[in-house]
Amino acid sequence: MYSTIQKFDLAAKLGKFVLSALSTFGEFSTLYFRSLKSLLTRTIFWKNTITQMEIIGVKSLPIALTIAAFTGAVFSLQIAKIFATFGLTTQLGQGLALAFARELGPILTSVIVAGRIGSSIAAEIGSMKVTEQVDALETLSTDPIDYLVAPRIVAGGLMLPVLVVFADLVGIVSGLGVAAVYAHIPPKNFIDGMLMAVNLWDFLGGIIKSFFFGLVIAGVGTYKGLHTENGAVGVGKSTTQSVVVATIIIFILNYFLSMILYKL
Amino acid sequence: MHNIGYEINQKTILKELNLEIEPGESFVIMGRSGCGKSTLLRLIIGLNRPTSGWIEIEEINTSFFSKPEWHRIRYKMGMVFQSSALFDSLNVYENVAFGLRSKKLPESEIKAQVFKSLSIVGLDADVAGKMPAELSGGMKKRTAIARAIAFEPPILLYDEPTTGLDPIVADTINDLIRNLQQKLGITSIIVTHDIMSALKVADRIGLLHDGKLVEITSRAQLKNVQHPLLTEFMKDYQSLI
Repeated sequence: MYSTIQKFDLAAKLGKFVLSALSTFGEFSTLYFRSLKSLLTRTIFWKNTITQMEIIGVKSLPIALTIAAFTGAVFSLQIAKIFATFGLTTQLGQGLALAFARELGPILTSVIVAGRIGSSIAAEIGSMKVTEQVDALETLSTDPIDYLVAPRIVAGGLMLPVLVVFADLVGIVSGLGVAAVYAHIPPKNFIDGMLMAVNLWDFLGGIIKSFFFGLVIAGVGTYKGLHTENGAVGVGKSTTQSVVVATIIIFILNYFLSMILYKL
Repeated sequence: MHNIGYEINQKTILKELNLEIEPGESFVIMGRSGCGKSTLLRLIIGLNRPTSGWIEIEEINTSFFSKPEWHRIRYKMGMVFQSSALFDSLNVYENVAFGLRSKKLPESEIKAQVFKSLSIVGLDADVAGKMPAELSGGMKKRTAIARAIAFEPPILLYDEPTTGLDPIVADTINDLIRNLQQKLGITSIIVTHDIMSALKVADRIGLLHDGKLVEITSRAQLKNVQHPLLTEFMKDYQSLI
């Protein structure tokens, strides 16, 4: 049994945790609000935004497509023969396309980008923070939100959906290819099944979700970067935390967005 | 500065600090490591807010400044950071031009001002295309000073400007600080624990101890100072005073 002092101690720790979580949530929300305000009312750093779009979008494309291609392929590999055995040759297209459009495309791409880009954003801004470059921006009358945060959030929100469109396409095509070669399922059956069961909203829902995931990745990366302390050790910590936190938020958010968007 | 106090995490860094710095003056703040010297500079330029008291810059109270107001008044101040704090991703030209771009000046004017600033700090024009990683410690510091003076502010703040430099390069930086103050009439506030530097650039010296300015003296009166910490600082430099 807990003594009274232990109960107070536990309550104090719980209270401290809740306060800290609320404070972080408040600061995190403020970051988005200030970025939105910056975009609407102040100078937009277009050059930075385009550079970030290139880093987040173009440079992430090869890895995002590789992962999508092999995920589509292994999906087919695992179930194509079983479906073919039972003559369910159209159902494979349905299952794969639905899974990719609604979940696999957005989630896989976002997790990859969180690892690749979220960490690099946190590391870059964290290094700037510990070497006083963020303070230098302020002294040169430039708000770090305008210069560092807003361009990354815009780029994240715009480029994730583009990556997801390509990932969906590549994943489904590679699944179709493996189904045809490995289980001899005719591509026409695969496509017919896909067209029968999957509608435009299934794809659009995934794209809308990825927009929010892009905002989360860039937001968490910049937040962790700007709150970096204690030199190189702090940069390492922020980098790791940005990936972990962004990934967790993406999975939780995905559940609720799926529920809302697909009326589940 | 009027009754300035600053606390962080329930720890008092500065307390009841009063100081007036005259236009065109070179004021050196000395003190032990961690005594709040750099914090004082950060308060002056608005990177941190005092928890009590207020700061006036050119007789304008900055206590209730909004962010845009701080951005405007920072055109009157430049800051040279201990680590130089050059932007890694930008070359020397873009670093020096950075503050000018936020003023939305035409490119021709920016270019002229960048090369003028580089020339004032003794850097050749061909350095403009180099990245910060390609520069020596002294060149980084000069570039940081060029960036700070690019929009010709009347006030310059230096945070440990000679730290990490060899004595010869440190001496050239001290000369540069003095020249900028004397030739351009820039008010200089320098934080340092480098006695040689302090003796070279100071009109007045303030000693920060236990969060308070415990001694303020002119360079000429330095030999008459009795404060034990300041005499301890100066004991190996008596011949230079």
